[in-house]
Amino acid sequence: MNTRKLYARLAVLALAALAPLAANAHRQWLLPSATVLSGNDDWVTVDGAVSNDLFYFEHFPLRIEHLVVTAPDGSAVKAENASTGRYRSTFDVHLTQQGTYKVAVVNDGLFASWKDDNGQTKRWRGAPDAFAREVPANAKDLQVTQADGRVEAFVTSGKPSTKALATTGRGLELAPVTHPNDLVAGESSSFRLLLDGKPAANLKVEVVPGGIRYRDQLQDFSVTTDADGKFSVKWPAPGMYWMAAQAQQDTGAVKPATKRRASYAATVEVLPQ
Amino acid sequence: MRRLLSVTLTGMATLPVAHTAVAADLTVKVEIPRLSVAEYHKPYVAMWVERADQGVASTLAVWYDAKAKEGDGGTKWLKDMRQWWRKAGRDMKMPADGVSGATRAPGEHPLTFTDGKAPLGKLPAGNYNLVVEAAREVGGRELVRVPFTWPPQSAQSANAKGEHELGTVTVQLKP
Repeated sequence: MNTRKLYARLAVLALAALAPLAANAHRQWLLPSATVLSGNDDWVTVDGAVSNDLFYFEHFPLRIEHLVVTAPDGSAVKAENASTGRYRSTFDVHLTQQGTYKVAVVNDGLFASWKDDNGQTKRWRGAPDAFAREVPANAKDLQVTQADGRVEAFVTSGKPSTKALATTGRGLELAPVTHPNDLVAGESSSFRLLLDGKPAANLKVEVVPGGIRYRDQLQDFSVTTDADGKFSVKWPAPGMYWMAAQAQQDTGAVKPATKRRASYAATVEVLPQ
Repeated sequence: MRRLLSVTLTGMATLPVAHTAVAADLTVKVEIPRLSVAEYHKPYVAMWVERADQGVASTLAVWYDAKAKEGDGGTKWLKDMRQWWRKAGRDMKMPADGVSGATRAPGEHPLTFTDGKAPLGKLPAGNYNLVVEAAREVGGRELVRVPFTWPPQSAQSANAKGEHELGTVTVQLKP
């Protein structure tokens, strides 16, 4: 391909590589069109975006290359009509089974930063097998972090079920105590965070209600997980909420990473009484 | 949401004869209001007996668009009766014999249930609420509760009034 096209391609790739990095300061989320459904042949449309404010599309689309939709029977389901636009990705899920579906975007990879010959900080994000090719071997001040990110949403057609909610034992995950599609304003719900299958104790969980555009205060709050990784939320009002947590560790990272950062975010819908 | 709750007790003189075992009756009259809106759809309505612990003793009636093509209506909107859906509806299969039926037009609709017979079944003695929840397409949703004690020792009547999607819901008990 000619040089101009090549540069254009590289620019797009560079932008794509940078986007999630800039987005570390932003929120990543999935937003289903509904979470409680009662038909026999329902569909949901799910949006995915990376943004400042919830749940508004104003920054970057959530990349859905690693989208995993788990059906009530535990099988993987293919999303349909997927597309990625300027500010959001969108896809449909055909709910052919009764029960709970888990929609997850899993982004595991390495994040590296180093200083180039001019002292400029360079950043790179990608898969472990691309690391050797794309990151200079003797880069100055090289810091490599293993970044495991998971973004989830839950949808139930008919009676809630739990098979699709099973955790994989890798990264930061939510193991529900209260079913995530059984949340009602004014009630308290409990959840458990696991890191690599073990209770993620003492982790701060941020809870942010959507709709900031129409009020002055964020009304976010945080709760901390107990020794068992459990935390409770009393929902102040109905609406969509974003719950997120991050765990940083200096041990257990896969080479060449020396640090490990696992993050989790979920969108849950709280219905009125 | 404010509701006008009026509970009237009417005692009936009991005749001094040998008491024959007659099953108690529960009659519910649901008033579906006549609304002047541009696009009117008959509401989906669910009626159930709620226990003191907020659980459902029995679902008595579900009026929905059973004949509608799937995807266009039918069971798709049952979840809009959100309290019923969460407490009982999602565990049930629709249509349900003796319980589900078509949506009803504006007016008063009486239904009578007998202790020991489906769908009321054998209701243990205690305090209950008769709950009616209505959801209307391109409209709103409302829930009305009428408390009652079971079994009735004398003929009784109680009612509560909705404000926008439901009119008066009357509960009449007959021992």
